[in-house]
Amino acid sequence: MMASGYNAKEEDGHHSGAPGNGGAGAVKSKKPDNTAFKQQRLPAWQPILTAGTVLPAFFVIGLIFIPIGIGLFVTSNNIKEFEIDYTGIEASSPCYNCAQNYSWNSTSSCTCKVPFTLEQPFESNVFMYYGLSNFYQNHRRYVKSRDDSQLNGDLTSLKSPSKECDPYRTSDGLPIAPCGAIANSLFNDTLELYHLSNGTRTAVVLMKKGIAWWTDKNVKFRNPGGNANLTVAFQGTSKPVNWRTPVFELDPNDPDNNGFINEDFIVWMRTAALPTFRKLYRIIQKKVDAPTLASGKYELEVSYNYPVRSFDGRKRVILSTISWMGGKNPFLGIAYITVGSVCFFLAVVLLIIHHKYDNRCSSADIPN
Amino acid sequence: QLQVATETDAESCDPWAGLQEGSRIHFSDNKIKTTKYTLLSFLPKNLFEQFHRFANVYFVFIALLNFVPVVNAFQPELALAPVVFILSVTAIKDLWEDYRRHRSDTEINHMDCLVYSRPEKRYLERFWKQIRVGDFIRLRCNEILPADVLLLSSSDPDRLCHIETATLDGETNLKQRQVVRSFFHLDCEFDPSKYNGVIECEKPNNDLNRFRGYIGRKCGLYKENLLLRGCTIRNTEEAVGIVIYAGHETKAMLNNNGPRYKRSKLERQMNVDVFWCVIILLVMCLFTAIGHGLWLFQYGDKRPVFDVLSPEGANVSPGLSAVYLFLTMIIVFQVLIPISLFVSIEIVKICQVFFIHQDSELYDEETDTHLQCRALNITEDLGQMQYIFSDKTGTLTENKMVFRRCTVAGVEYSHDANARRLAMYQELESEEEAECPSRGGTLPRRDSVGSHQSARVVLRSQSTKSHRRTGSRAEAKRASILSKHTAFSSPMEKDITPDPQLLDKVNEGGSQLNFIHFHRQPMSQLPSDLADIIDFFVALTVCNTVVVSSPDQPRQKVRMRFELKSPVKTIEDFIKRFTPSRLTSGSNSSSTSSLVTNRSSTRGCSSALSSPSAESTLTKLDEEGSRLGGAGLLADFSPVPPGYEGPTAKGGAGGVGVSGGAELRYEAESPDEAALVYAARAYKCSLVGRLPDQVTVELPHLGKLGFELLHTLGFDSTRKRMSVVVRHPLTDQITVYTKGADSAIMELIKPPLTDNSKGKRQRKILCKTQSYLNLYAADGLRTLCIAKKTLSKEEYACWLQGHLEAETAIHGREERLFQSALRLETDLHLLGATGIEDRLQDGVPETIASLRKAGLQIWVLTGDKQETAVNIAYACKLLDPEEEILTLNADSQEACAALLEESLLYIQPAFHGDLSAAFPLYPPSAHAAGATTPFLVHRLGLVIDGRTLAYALDKSLEDKFLEVARSCRSVLCCRSTPLQKSTVVKLVRNKLKVMTLAIGDGANDVSMIQVADVGVGISGQEGMQAVMASDFALPRFQYLQKLLLVHGHWCYSRLANMILYFFYKNAMFVALIFWFQFYCGFSGSSMVDQWYLVFFNLMFSAFPQLVTGTLDKDVSAHTLQALPQLYMNGQNSEEYKPYMFWMNMMDAFYQSLVCFFIPYFAYAGSDVDLFTWGTPITTLALITILLHLGIETKTWTWMNWASIVFSACLFFAVALSYNSSCPTCYAPSNPYWTIQRLLLEPRFYLLCLVTPVTALLPRYFYRACQGSLFPSPTKVGRQLDRSWRQTHGGNIFSLGNLASTSDPLGLKTAFASFNNPLPRYFPPKDHPQSAHSTLTIPKDAAVSAPSDPPLRTSEDHDQSTATDDTQSCLEVTKELPGVTEGSRVVESPERSALQRSDIGVSGWVSSTPPLLQKEAVELGTAPPGGRSRCVAYTRNWEQNQGSDPETPPVESRTRTQTKQSIAADYSEEDRL
Repeated sequence: MMASGYNAKEEDGHHSGAPGNGGAGAVKSKKPDNTAFKQQRLPAWQPILTAGTVLPAFFVIGLIFIPIGIGLFVTSNNIKEFEIDYTGIEASSPCYNCAQNYSWNSTSSCTCKVPFTLEQPFESNVFMYYGLSNFYQNHRRYVKSRDDSQLNGDLTSLKSPSKECDPYRTSDGLPIAPCGAIANSLFNDTLELYHLSNGTRTAVVLMKKGIAWWTDKNVKFRNPGGNANLTVAFQGTSKPVNWRTPVFELDPNDPDNNGFINEDFIVWMRTAALPTFRKLYRIIQKKVDAPTLASGKYELEVSYNYPVRSFDGRKRVILSTISWMGGKNPFLGIAYITVGSVCFFLAVVLLIIHHKYDNRCSSADIPN
Repeated sequence: QLQVATETDAESCDPWAGLQEGSRIHFSDNKIKTTKYTLLSFLPKNLFEQFHRFANVYFVFIALLNFVPVVNAFQPELALAPVVFILSVTAIKDLWEDYRRHRSDTEINHMDCLVYSRPEKRYLERFWKQIRVGDFIRLRCNEILPADVLLLSSSDPDRLCHIETATLDGETNLKQRQVVRSFFHLDCEFDPSKYNGVIECEKPNNDLNRFRGYIGRKCGLYKENLLLRGCTIRNTEEAVGIVIYAGHETKAMLNNNGPRYKRSKLERQMNVDVFWCVIILLVMCLFTAIGHGLWLFQYGDKRPVFDVLSPEGANVSPGLSAVYLFLTMIIVFQVLIPISLFVSIEIVKICQVFFIHQDSELYDEETDTHLQCRALNITEDLGQMQYIFSDKTGTLTENKMVFRRCTVAGVEYSHDANARRLAMYQELESEEEAECPSRGGTLPRRDSVGSHQSARVVLRSQSTKSHRRTGSRAEAKRASILSKHTAFSSPMEKDITPDPQLLDKVNEGGSQLNFIHFHRQPMSQLPSDLADIIDFFVALTVCNTVVVSSPDQPRQKVRMRFELKSPVKTIEDFIKRFTPSRLTSGSNSSSTSSLVTNRSSTRGCSSALSSPSAESTLTKLDEEGSRLGGAGLLADFSPVPPGYEGPTAKGGAGGVGVSGGAELRYEAESPDEAALVYAARAYKCSLVGRLPDQVTVELPHLGKLGFELLHTLGFDSTRKRMSVVVRHPLTDQITVYTKGADSAIMELIKPPLTDNSKGKRQRKILCKTQSYLNLYAADGLRTLCIAKKTLSKEEYACWLQGHLEAETAIHGREERLFQSALRLETDLHLLGATGIEDRLQDGVPETIASLRKAGLQIWVLTGDKQETAVNIAYACKLLDPEEEILTLNADSQEACAALLEESLLYIQPAFHGDLSAAFPLYPPSAHAAGATTPFLVHRLGLVIDGRTLAYALDKSLEDKFLEVARSCRSVLCCRSTPLQKSTVVKLVRNKLKVMTLAIGDGANDVSMIQVADVGVGISGQEGMQAVMASDFALPRFQYLQKLLLVHGHWCYSRLANMILYFFYKNAMFVALIFWFQFYCGFSGSSMVDQWYLVFFNLMFSAFPQLVTGTLDKDVSAHTLQALPQLYMNGQNSEEYKPYMFWMNMMDAFYQSLVCFFIPYFAYAGSDVDLFTWGTPITTLALITILLHLGIETKTWTWMNWASIVFSACLFFAVALSYNSSCPTCYAPSNPYWTIQRLLLEPRFYLLCLVTPVTALLPRYFYRACQGSLFPSPTKVGRQLDRSWRQTHGGNIFSLGNLASTSDPLGLKTAFASFNNPLPRYFPPKDHPQSAHSTLTIPKDAAVSAPSDPPLRTSEDHDQSTATDDTQSCLEVTKELPGVTEGSRVVESPERSALQRSDIGVSGWVSSTPPLLQKEAVELGTAPPGGRSRCVAYTRNWEQNQGSDPETPPVESRTRTQTKQSIAADYSEEDRL
């Protein structure tokens, strides 16, 4: 009420001294308050989209995007990447035999050696990935098939895993640890890299720690009962059906990398987004004096355990350096350049439109 | 049908037995419970009700589907969240409403009332809820009735009880209720303990106007005996009654219907698209299911390791898998059917209603009412109207009936002074605007007004000063504040200036009559014209139902009692009263006094105002004809403080002075009645008091006369007249005074005998009166004929017999009473006729013109006679003097058919060849989309009368009628009944498939209001029935303009855009998941975390669209009103066309493709995991969706910014906290630390930059091109908006702003716009060819405008605008070489003057002087459309060539011209 009185005074301008204004509060009328909000008169910015007004935006976008794109493209191109397919589909492939004979049920390991040559030396840290194709780790039922509580070291879940793990929940009456289809299908090829120089075969030092997310390794995944004695902790559980060793023997040499907190295991448990994916396997530490991987001949020794032929899968090993924006992928750079150019082109089109049409007396267009 | 309630019998026999036993359970008690729920039943009942909405069932079904393990997509509990949220929001709303109802119920149930307690033999205070049927209750003045009560006793000596029914029907005038007849002669104190009887009555029903029953098996009960719950007792000190219906069985409660539910056109359209969404959903699900089947099939028997077996370890066949997947996909894609859409729409509509409510421009100061939205869910329909059906009286006109002129006995009294007085009100306004500040303090002169009230007046007048309003309204407002209880009593209606000639005659007649009466001479000595005049005024005063009250004791009726006699109710009564001895005695003094003594015992215990002795003295004095003495006594007796000199008191006879002085209030049921009574009072024939049995009239020289009121035959619309039967106190004859529509009365006039001179004179009078009636009608006056008839006793007795039978009849009582009235009203003697002016409301012509320009067809349906209606139509510019008028008056079906055929033939050849004479009502695009076939509306008016309308509405002719009617620009149906009104609306609505709006104010418009798509009621003077039936209630007709053009447009465009956006948003989001199915083996997997998926709609993207849906303004209110054409946007549903849904869907799919595949390629082949990849996609989608809304938002207030920023922040806040809260809780996505990691990745930000840009690029580009290449009218409106704002920068007269206007583009468009002057300031003229703009300044403003200081200050400003203008327009002329010269016109001073007036008038800023705001400079309208305008320029130039370029011819001409001659001016130019 006071507001309306006040506003009335404002509108009148020259009326402030009149007697009787003091009684404004006493007046009760249904008159709506004359506030900007209630009268829908809030101050507002009203952009009008016409060629003329939009044009600068397009130019600006073009001008910003193209340099970014070029920068990204160059960055991506500077990344060195080398990929070896060792699936063994072709008869010429060194792993052909292993691939032919191998299935989940095999007990003995099959080893094959894949030679390759690096044309250029790899500077800085080299990341070694294994890659799988046509492997639908993002399948709905597959993604669900895990028990996070069990992986977190929860004892109850260890003994009675979640129903989501079915049908990989129990085996022979014992709860499976780790349960579920993801764990069950753990990638179990072993890859080793040898540098062949002057006839000598030197193993390249592969770091197997630091490949998983820090939070996964330290927060999400925990061994039941700490890392004390895993054999005891996992007593009363069964290994996953496809596994050859129980979970507490994943890395018997390093208690920090054994059991649920085995980093290879953790990396695998982080299900890939797309059917063709790579997962970080090892890191080759940068050397102080020489390139991390000098150019030359190398040999990849694969202990071939993982069958992919049934689903037309492919297995690869990727060696890659990394930049501030991740691995080698020119796409973003190209995208930026393309979008920037398109914007630039559209800006020109708009400029023409603007010159041709925007100047006319546009009010004529209101029909009667 | 009278249904005997036997239970009532039993109970009423001994009403107290039941109470004591406490066993009267089969009657509902008076406790009301309007709540729907109890604590226990709330949950099940509310849920049950909510599940009536199909959408809710669907969503619950989907949520429950999640509990089935084979198909579940989300965590079941989580999937329930949205549905539970929606349901609980609704439930909480219901609960709150119910709680409020419960509280008010409790309050009502615990009100106090005096109930008779038999054991204690006295009345005890009890709560309302304790009242039972059969209880006796005692009611005091101003108490509210707790139940439907049969009136058994009243303290009122007339056995009356006055009630106010405002809460029932909103009518504030008092209504009289009578004590049950068998109780009429009871002694003073009604003792319930002695009463024993049976009451039979109808079963409870909701008909407020019907009640029948018996008491004691012989005495009928009618609605006059029933006091309804919720009414207030007034003017009656005490009343006792028995409760008949209680609690929920009362008529008031049975009438209590909930709000109406209408479904708007937009919603119907939306539902179609919801249906399409369902189809899209099913197609998508089916596609995915088949894809999954095939995907599985390709692996054959060797199931890959990632294809997880069923929990039992069994292999599910691809087919079954596909079926399961289909159901899963329905869950995953459920977002496509927008769960929150319905809720959001409801929220937005409520906000829209709130804003409409709050609009101060729709607030009427005078009545202190603002617009009411009674239907909450059809606001957007207001923006899509195509036809308006309007009532005339009270809607277009003020319904303030002002007596204008009259004719008595064939002589016309023109009342010129009165006409001048009415004209004064018009002029007063301008003065008031000017001197308002000083006025407030001196305003109230009346002593009776308290000081705080006067302070209030001061304040009100200050606050409204800046408003554009007319003086008559300001005047009326003042009056209404002073005497706000009495309707129809503004000074304009009251202070009638009498015609001196007639006044003389009245005085002469009065004195002669007095002389004759005093000397006991036969009445026939009075010259017949004088006798007619006296009778005429007596009829005006007597023949009505006006109740008299006095001002400082409102609601206290003035008692002027001479004798106490009830209307004749029985034959015995008649015989007793009309015995020959009494009638022949020549003086009724003895009989009167004897009656007084007879009844004195009754009166003794009544609490009448006067003592019996005073009354009898009065009576005696009066009968002696001692005017002065009587006046003196009256002055003492009158409750009004004496000494007030009324406006009519001219120092005449003392008696006159008194009657004029006591300012009595007349509470009339209709404004006509009040107008006539006030008119009569101006001639000193005042109505002083009215009782059921008597009317007291004060006549000049004769003093007060008591007319014994024998019968009142009330007005009904079939008879179109009312009559009173009185016994004339001077002649002692039984006289019937009849007042009614001229058509009704003229037929009943006794045909004059041909032979003698008297007969000739009679014929002459009849003939003259008829011609005057025609004249009045031609002036747009409402005519009423006054007639009388003298009955001999035998005739009366004969008629009375029949009438009494009819009155007591149980079956067909109404019909019999009607017949009885017909029998009486025959062979009348014509006294004269009156012409009453019903003034047009403010702004009606302007509103009609502007609505018409908005493409609305306006039909006026009125009950008035043709001539009156046509004239009003001309006055309000509905009809144009220049257009041809087709008048259809037919006597038979065949004639009507022939007429229609003829009109059709006339219309087609006459106009089809000549397209320039016709103009399309709708732009061409409407024809393509709309159901209506293309047709042209011609410059034709159609007038049809009620009878012809009845024929034309026949099934066989209705199509032809419609074809004729739709071709006409305006249609006027006169003499139409309420039923016809609704039939017409229904016909147009159903046959033409158009949106209809009906507007009216009276009960006769109710059916029409209910039939139309949108019903608008005018909360005017004629009660509230129309308002009760309406969806929107407006205080005045002119507000319709803003309601439709501004709020309608806004509501429509806001909601349309919001719905479209909703569809887009959901489709876009769902499509993301759909694309992903191609990369996850169609397994129903989702890369979007289920939490985001579920809450995306509900939380992250919910607020901005609500804000935009509520606040967005595509064009400012000012421009919308200035360019009514913009309204067609809504009429043609241009914001939401079917193809737009698909366009939006396409855009949604495109955008989702971008949002999916840019991250896809950016992360292709990398080691990204599912949800680390999905989270950026969600983010991108959200950003894109928000920015999309940004593109579609036209008005950015801080709330828009805030909501968008809030939404984005909310997402990140939720994501951050969700991703860091629990490492193991949210299976399967398990998003621990995902967003945190993403935020550290440069790639995430790079994606956030490029993806939304790419996604929105096409839309943004399209909008920009659209804005430049083919701007919609709305867009042009926005440009005008902007340019005005830029030019004027908040102060239209600041010169600095012009120079600082930086945007060259805006500047150009700004001034370009002035070439096409704003139609708002133009006369409502729709000449298609009058493209040329003429500057006309009406009245005094024309003279003063050039020297007006504000205009002068803007002179330089305008000069520069003119040059700019020229530059911009030269471009056009280059393109159109034929009009090169046209540009020169722009440079002429006339042009700049034109612009100047535009600026001056635009009223942007409240500091504009009131004079300018009010005096709209009217300009000839230019129909836009480039070509014709350019032609106009040429023409304009040709005109200017002949004249001096320095002094523009048009302007100079208009300075000397009156408004009328301008019309001719236009036609001249048209011919050029």
